[in-house]
Amino acid sequence: MNTSTSTFVRTEMLPEQAPPLTEAGAVKWVRENLFSSILNGILTVLGIVVVAYLVIGIAPWLSRSVWNAGSLSECRQIIADRWGEGVTGACWAVIRERWPQYLFGFYPSHLYWRPVLAFVLLCVAVAPVLFDRLPRKMLWFSLIYPAVGFWLLWGGSVWVPVMAVAGFAIGYAAVKVVQPVAGTILATIAAVLAPVLWWLFLAGPAADALQSILPIALQGVRSREFGGFILAFTIGFTGIAFSLPLGVMLALGRQSDMFIVNKLSVGFIEFIRGVPLITLLFTASLLLNYFLPPGTDFDIILRVIIMVVLFAAAYIAEVVRGGLAALPRGQYEAADALGLDYWKAQRLIIMPQALKISIPGIVSTFIGLFKDTTLVVFVGLLDPLKGITDAVRASTDWKGIYWEPYIFVGAIFFLFCFGMSRYSMYLESKLKTDHR
Amino acid sequence: MAVVTEEPKAGFRLGMLIYDTRYRSITIQIVVLMLVMLGVAWLIDNLLSNLAALGRGIDFGFLWNRAGYDINQTLVEYTNDSTHARATLVGLLNTLLIAFLGCIAATVVGVIAGVLRLSNNWVIARLMTVYVEIFRNIPLLLWILMIYTIFTEAFPAPNAFRGDTPAASMVMFDTVAFTNRYTAIPWPMFDRSLGWLPLGPLWLNLDLAAIVAALVGGFLLNRFILRRATRIQEATGDRPTTWWQCTLALFGPIFLVLLALGTHLDSPSLQGFNFTGGLQVSNSLVALWLALTLYTAAFIAEIVRAGINAISRGQSEAAFALGLRPGRTMNLIILPQALRVIIPPLISQYLNLTKNSSLAIAVGYMDLRGTLGGITLNQTGRGLEAMMLLMLIYLIVSLLISSAMNVYNNSVKLKER
Repeated sequence: MNTSTSTFVRTEMLPEQAPPLTEAGAVKWVRENLFSSILNGILTVLGIVVVAYLVIGIAPWLSRSVWNAGSLSECRQIIADRWGEGVTGACWAVIRERWPQYLFGFYPSHLYWRPVLAFVLLCVAVAPVLFDRLPRKMLWFSLIYPAVGFWLLWGGSVWVPVMAVAGFAIGYAAVKVVQPVAGTILATIAAVLAPVLWWLFLAGPAADALQSILPIALQGVRSREFGGFILAFTIGFTGIAFSLPLGVMLALGRQSDMFIVNKLSVGFIEFIRGVPLITLLFTASLLLNYFLPPGTDFDIILRVIIMVVLFAAAYIAEVVRGGLAALPRGQYEAADALGLDYWKAQRLIIMPQALKISIPGIVSTFIGLFKDTTLVVFVGLLDPLKGITDAVRASTDWKGIYWEPYIFVGAIFFLFCFGMSRYSMYLESKLKTDHR
Repeated sequence: MAVVTEEPKAGFRLGMLIYDTRYRSITIQIVVLMLVMLGVAWLIDNLLSNLAALGRGIDFGFLWNRAGYDINQTLVEYTNDSTHARATLVGLLNTLLIAFLGCIAATVVGVIAGVLRLSNNWVIARLMTVYVEIFRNIPLLLWILMIYTIFTEAFPAPNAFRGDTPAASMVMFDTVAFTNRYTAIPWPMFDRSLGWLPLGPLWLNLDLAAIVAALVGGFLLNRFILRRATRIQEATGDRPTTWWQCTLALFGPIFLVLLALGTHLDSPSLQGFNFTGGLQVSNSLVALWLALTLYTAAFIAEIVRAGINAISRGQSEAAFALGLRPGRTMNLIILPQALRVIIPPLISQYLNLTKNSSLAIAVGYMDLRGTLGGITLNQTGRGLEAMMLLMLIYLIVSLLISSAMNVYNNSVKLKER
């Protein structure tokens, strides 16, 4: 073998070398994510300065928190004793002391178990709607929950909500009786007409009669005694529950070929979307009496809920209309080709897809609705943000306390709104059927 | 094979109104119309009988009575001897002012936040996410109250700026002072002011008109120069240098007008216990403006982010492959497509901001709701008329904003051929 002509061939692999210091680990990450260019470097420094400024401003105040005190002056005394004169600290004692008021407003204190029970049952009722792994039988409870919740919150005779629910049973019975005799359309008319007649003329006397025979009643609570988070939740959840179906109906009306239905829907939606919610709430509190028969006294929370429902429904209608418009024309034509009638096509083909597209918009409308429940303070109801906080501040003990109530109420709202938006993301990814 | 076609039965039966698709929609519409009209008639009947019971009718005459209350911030001349109609006008202008300022600031902040949220800078992207999520998920009312409280509680009184070692100091090179009652800012003053031109109930500020005219003129001139450059480029292939012409066209007229008017900035200064000079903006306006801006900007940031995300990566890659520089890629490829996605939801955010400005009630800023829907309503007791007028005005403002923005939307819309 001639050594002079043989080429050098390495027979073993070189050991792996560590990457350059700037291309590995934390240094690489910092280079790529924080200082990839001059502008990025400046932004990073600015961002860190802003965060540091906020933390330095707030952290000492937060770290000097007092949880047990009877008044603001006592709170300040404790802070001065513990951390020296002249320093400021957070006085969360106001939340601790006024906790029931923040939750229940001026609801009678010996009846607190009722809103608590109503809230627990609400969770039970909402769970099967949100998570489809739960048994479907639970939906029956969800259906009767509005009556249960109403009775627990407002009290009064049990027969009032029972008779209200009976209206639906009567409607169902009307369909069962009329349909074999007179066909679907007359049955539908009967199903609408019979419960309405029942609620208008018979439900009240029937409830009174049953109450006199079998008196079961809870102590009544007036709407003006509601306040704090039960008020926000009552208005918020009722609004959410009722605005979705109404919004879908309005969207269908707006997409309809029927001239009059279409124009009525458009007019309603554009009117509601064109005025601020506050003016609608004022209308509900000041002007509704002008439009009702003389002598009618209408519950203020109910009025507010109606306005909130109408308001949110108009927005949902626009969101759902967007979903309907995004569906390819072929879906409608396919439904027609299968011979489905309008409602079957909507129920089986159009709506499942349109609603799926509209989920983000619908949920952000719901979040907006929940946040807007704070506006009821302007019609004299005690919302947790301004109504209750002003009431707390009106007492001599807590005069001059500002930040703690705002931070507390803001945190609760954030928790629920953020939760809703995360749930909508979960729902979107769960319902996703395209393969991208 | 014989085809048996059954002759359609002639004549019209009542059942066809329901079972025949040709007539069914008409039946449904007539029924709906009748129900709606019945409902409306019922409401109007109730209204009339209620009004009759109260012994009054619908009368807008109260608008011409003396208002008798003061408004702390007015854009047009107003005293407490003016009429309620005048107070309504003042309120409307205040609403439009806050809406205008808020829309501009929210757009700027929102676009910056939305773009930064997409940045590959870890710190900035996280920071913007936190900002957007916090502001989106907490009621606007809380932000308004909180910022207003910061102004009234955390800022010093004007007299804290006094003395040799004052407890408080002005910011921005001694030109802006935040106090617990107002914010004093510098304001342009004109030595050779053109005065006012009376136009019916409104007075036109000729200085402002001249400045606006100069701005618009400069803008139009700039557009003309750019169009001409494009025309020459299309004809000859060479684009003439335009940057100095454009700069001159944009800034020249306004500079000349400001010079001719003898403009100088009047900075606030402390005289005794209070600031004089400059402009004192009430804290209610500043707090409301800041809160509306930050709140709406969080929504706009999400819209901008979604709009940019909606443009597929292939578009920018194709632009780079064509040899376009990043700036031109943004201007010519990404932005025109992203705007198409961004504009429609942006319109509804502007509308929301305008409507949300009615929360001014929380901080005592006298907007339309504070004057017409507040003091006027309470003083005259004409709730029905005042609320109807209030809703009508809001409706008109909303429709005007949305139609103006729709015109713009149509100009950037995808032109399909």
